[in-house]
Amino acid sequence: MMSDLGFPILTALIATPIVGALAVLCTPSKRPEISRAVAILTAAATLGFALWLLAEFEAGVGGFQFVEEARWFDALGVGYIVGVDGFSIFMVVITALLFPIGMVASANIGRRVKEYMFWFLLLEGAIMGIFLSLDLIAFFVFWEAMLVPMYFLISGWGSAKRAYASMKFFIYTALGSAFLLAAIVALGFLHQADTGLLTFDYRVLAEWDGLAGGTEKWLFLGFMAAFAIKAPLFPFHTWLPDVHTEAPTAGSVVLAGVILKMGAYGFLRFSFELFPSASVYFAPLIMTMAVIGIVYGSIVAAMQRDAKRLIAFSSVAHMGFILLGIFSITVFGLDGAAFSMVSHPLTTGSLFLVIGMLYERRHTRDIDAFGGIWRSAPILTTLFMIAMFAGIGLPGFSGFIGEFLSILGAFIAHRWWGVVATIGVVLGAVYMLWMFQRVFTGVPNEENAKVKDVNLREIAVVAPLLLISLFIGIHPSPVLDRIEPTARRVINNFEQKTDYGQPDADRVPSPSEIAEEKEKIEQYDTEGPSSPHEDVPK
Amino acid sequence: MSAIDANDLLNTIWIVPALPLLGAIVLLFGGRRIGDPRSGWIATGLLFAAFIWSVVMFAALLNLPEESRHNTVNLFTWLEAGALKVDLGFLADPLSIIWILLVTGVGSLIHLYAIGYMHTDPNFGRFFAYFNLFAASMLVLVLASSFLVTFLGWEGVGLCSYLLVGFWSERRRASTASVKAFVTNRVGDFGFMLAMFFIVGALGSLDYAAMSSKAAGMAQSTATAIALLLFLACIGKSAQIGLHIWLPDAMEGPTPVSALIHAATMVTAGVFLVCRAAPFFERSGDAMTVVAVFGAITALLAGTVALVQPDIKRVLAYSTISQLGYMFVAAGVGAYSAAVFFVLVHAFYKATLFLGAGTVIHGTDDEQDIRHLGGLRKYLPFTGVAFIIAWMSISGVPPLAGFWAKDAVLASAFYAGNYFVYAVGLSAVALTAMYMGRETLLVFFGNERFHPAVSAAGATASTTQVLETTAPEPLVAVVTEPQRAHEHDATASPTVDFGTDPSPEHLSGNPQEGTRVMIVPVLILATFAIFAGLLDLPFTKLEFLNAFLEPVFAGFYTPEPTSFVSALILDVVAVLVVGIGIWIAYKTYGKGLDSTKPDPITKRLGRLGRLFGNAWYYDKFVSAAVGGPIRKASQWLSDVFDLKVIDGAVNGVAHLVVVAARNMRRIQTGLVRQYAIGIVLGTVLLLLYALALVGG
Repeated sequence: MMSDLGFPILTALIATPIVGALAVLCTPSKRPEISRAVAILTAAATLGFALWLLAEFEAGVGGFQFVEEARWFDALGVGYIVGVDGFSIFMVVITALLFPIGMVASANIGRRVKEYMFWFLLLEGAIMGIFLSLDLIAFFVFWEAMLVPMYFLISGWGSAKRAYASMKFFIYTALGSAFLLAAIVALGFLHQADTGLLTFDYRVLAEWDGLAGGTEKWLFLGFMAAFAIKAPLFPFHTWLPDVHTEAPTAGSVVLAGVILKMGAYGFLRFSFELFPSASVYFAPLIMTMAVIGIVYGSIVAAMQRDAKRLIAFSSVAHMGFILLGIFSITVFGLDGAAFSMVSHPLTTGSLFLVIGMLYERRHTRDIDAFGGIWRSAPILTTLFMIAMFAGIGLPGFSGFIGEFLSILGAFIAHRWWGVVATIGVVLGAVYMLWMFQRVFTGVPNEENAKVKDVNLREIAVVAPLLLISLFIGIHPSPVLDRIEPTARRVINNFEQKTDYGQPDADRVPSPSEIAEEKEKIEQYDTEGPSSPHEDVPK
Repeated sequence: MSAIDANDLLNTIWIVPALPLLGAIVLLFGGRRIGDPRSGWIATGLLFAAFIWSVVMFAALLNLPEESRHNTVNLFTWLEAGALKVDLGFLADPLSIIWILLVTGVGSLIHLYAIGYMHTDPNFGRFFAYFNLFAASMLVLVLASSFLVTFLGWEGVGLCSYLLVGFWSERRRASTASVKAFVTNRVGDFGFMLAMFFIVGALGSLDYAAMSSKAAGMAQSTATAIALLLFLACIGKSAQIGLHIWLPDAMEGPTPVSALIHAATMVTAGVFLVCRAAPFFERSGDAMTVVAVFGAITALLAGTVALVQPDIKRVLAYSTISQLGYMFVAAGVGAYSAAVFFVLVHAFYKATLFLGAGTVIHGTDDEQDIRHLGGLRKYLPFTGVAFIIAWMSISGVPPLAGFWAKDAVLASAFYAGNYFVYAVGLSAVALTAMYMGRETLLVFFGNERFHPAVSAAGATASTTQVLETTAPEPLVAVVTEPQRAHEHDATASPTVDFGTDPSPEHLSGNPQEGTRVMIVPVLILATFAIFAGLLDLPFTKLEFLNAFLEPVFAGFYTPEPTSFVSALILDVVAVLVVGIGIWIAYKTYGKGLDSTKPDPITKRLGRLGRLFGNAWYYDKFVSAAVGGPIRKASQWLSDVFDLKVIDGAVNGVAHLVVVAARNMRRIQTGLVRQYAIGIVLGTVLLLLYALALVGG
């Protein structure tokens, strides 16, 4: 099925950044502005493709759209298959959005611009590949390929402890990947042994249900090793604060924005449909870890002295909400998690961008070194404040919708997990507002009084993210309408393949129930409230 | 006007919150350019326009037959996921109409006042942007047609409260107070969110219409859970005992903020929510008892604290907490219309008191220590009169509005058979008369203690001398801005804590009356504090408010007086109690204060006085727990557990690998390429293992 566009748009999304990266290599080293221009243009073109894809993407369809297939290594059953559905469409768009923003925000990168842009574009291509691949081996190749540019970006343009951080990132995540690859290969061969066909086509493997229960659990754990580290799920999170702190601003934005989402995406896309029984089996365990991550991440965040470390731990908490929603295995939870995966990059991305601006001005991330920035840089402060409230789930911003639905799903599936997660909502306000107070309020000392307010370029970098967060916070339907059919497809898959059934409250009522409901409401509208407590003893 | 017309008209109710929202947006972006005082006039004008429109809405609603006085207009679908659909909808019914009249009416007056109060503030425009945003959020809160939309407003007012409490962000106490306010409220929001999850689980919808039609049929335990969780949210927002600690600190905000948000409107949102969610509370029954008992205890305890505070605003803050307790008493015994009545009347006299206090603070260069004031009647004649009226009204002196409101609440508690709540409430009445008497007398009557000579001379006797020396040149004193003898730090908060000695700083001039924009709103509010009782007199055919609200609470039990005589006896008892309270206050403070000696009431109460003054040590206990053991535990989690245990394990494993590698020597180059090869090799090994698994 070639896409209806008559244009291989998904391939274009993967290929454009990679071609652009090669083009950047051809620019002269002594003219950084040319490298920069080529890179930004490439990223902008990719964003254009992504928006085109979003416009053409059909809402209300749960399956894959714009699928492209090509043979690759037939003998090994490996193909090039790409497709997009409700879970991946927004990850593609967010990726395409964050990269040009990250590049524009990297104006202060003065040395080795060409190399920087090269790695950055390569990273974008790899990430696109991850979100679009429907062949497990191709997916794995992109998954691993992503590590290399990220490693060089941190080690090349990071701050003081960059060598340690980049190495930790590389080894820790690569370790998880090893288990992932083993599980992928084993799955392929097991399928071959059962059906005689060697393939790594995700769609074929998802249809097949010949896995024995024990094997399924082992394979689930293999996938989980990679996804839990990347997400990161407590207690596999310790690479994240180190990497976030040392990475350059744009690196942090991309890391928090999309790289963390790859773990959650992996669970949603692969673990759920390939191993539904094992997913149900392990759901309580993962929900527990997610809830611990929410509370633990928030508490530890409050105690950080480094602004970027604080945001990093807040990401641990936010990813906890997302994983909690996913493993609630309800439509609410999946909707909420997928929505948060769109929202969190916007809010946390903005926070990292503003912290980056402060770092450029003061060359420190030590929270206690700041104070009184509100007086010296009011617009910067306002941007941070909006991002902060969007992030801690103030209704009206996107963060709320995602958190609300995720916890609602968890609450309906496993009440007490939902209750504990809601504590995280309280704690989220604690660490953010406390940091805000220490950085922005008070009387500035001499150095803080000299901090310049943001310029137009800096506003232009952050404002779009915040505006989108506000827009989809007030009007989330455009996003949810595209996510939900896929969420339903996944839940249906669970209900068909396992004896899992969604809790009642999240069940969509039958038409007759809806009619009955309407009648009651109309009755109320015309007659006013019925006297409800005739039988209630007073 | 036909009924259809009225409904069409009510569909435009979204204009009411839209007007101040527009103001907020305009002023947020253009406030600096529009400047002082024009920004203030724009904000006030828009909110006043919203008030006019609210009146139109009120008229439209009255034109509908009583039983169909509710109209929902859905602007668009806000959230649609799974089986849940929530519209951004506004519900016009008697309850919401009353509240929007209150918010826009009292709100406009306080906005007007703030034009004078905030004059010359460098962030004048931003202040009014926040102020208008607050009004818009509050209007959304009360007009919402579902719990989720109410929550939108609920969080919106919380945000504005945070922004306005911390408005003078360079004052450390202000920024700390703003964080405390937001976080404490979030504890309440925890309850609100869980309640919504329960409601979705039980009813499949968050609409109030669904609640009204289904709540009666739900399991009692579920209803109790929902009601108590919602009440937790109310405890936070309305500063009831347990989560009240943020409200006294919130006085760090500019005084118009205290008047609008922390007295007249936002803090009553909890009362609104209990009224709105009455079907759950009624179905539960137990939850109502909890509400009433919480309210009564809060009314009493907060009253004791107000009795001995030295800060003019803190007395009012604890008074507000206490008065909110009365409102919950009313709601808890099922007297919803009495609760609403109390909300209205309280808004009038408490706004008068706060704005009056604001004029005092404004006219004395930030003096908030009532031990330093006195005799201000002479210098602030209009404010003085308004303040005294409001004092009488809040104390419950007949026939002022406060008398009728308090009477309605206490009588309801009595007739509902909840004698414990009645008794506690009655004793709080005495306290109210006392603490407000103390504040009014110390500020507006007695000796003038704001002159430097008083404390220097150290005796009340010298007061007359001082008066003589300053009296001949009042013109100078009126013209020059009043100033402290010592230049004080603008970033320091003027709040006076209990237990601190009066500061040696004094005014060099005389206190000044506020400007016209400040006097007019105060006088209007004071007029309402006299006459608002007419809204709901306890006589047949004169219970306008009760009759108007009737359709909202139809079918619920309402406590009614058993006989005229019993009602009269209750009134007489209440008036006697008020009289005793005022008499004690007058005896103690009528002549003013000797500022070299401790406060007589505190002294007479001895250890109890210190207990009251320190707010029963609850706030100190919470702060000590959060700042001490909780913080230490968190620090340990962060610095030891995360870094040493979890990350230590990770690095430990890595270290072992490195040691092993070192022993093998060849791989010891430390280059990534090598590590990468190692990883690939490892992967291949795992692959082989996997193949073996398949083969086997």
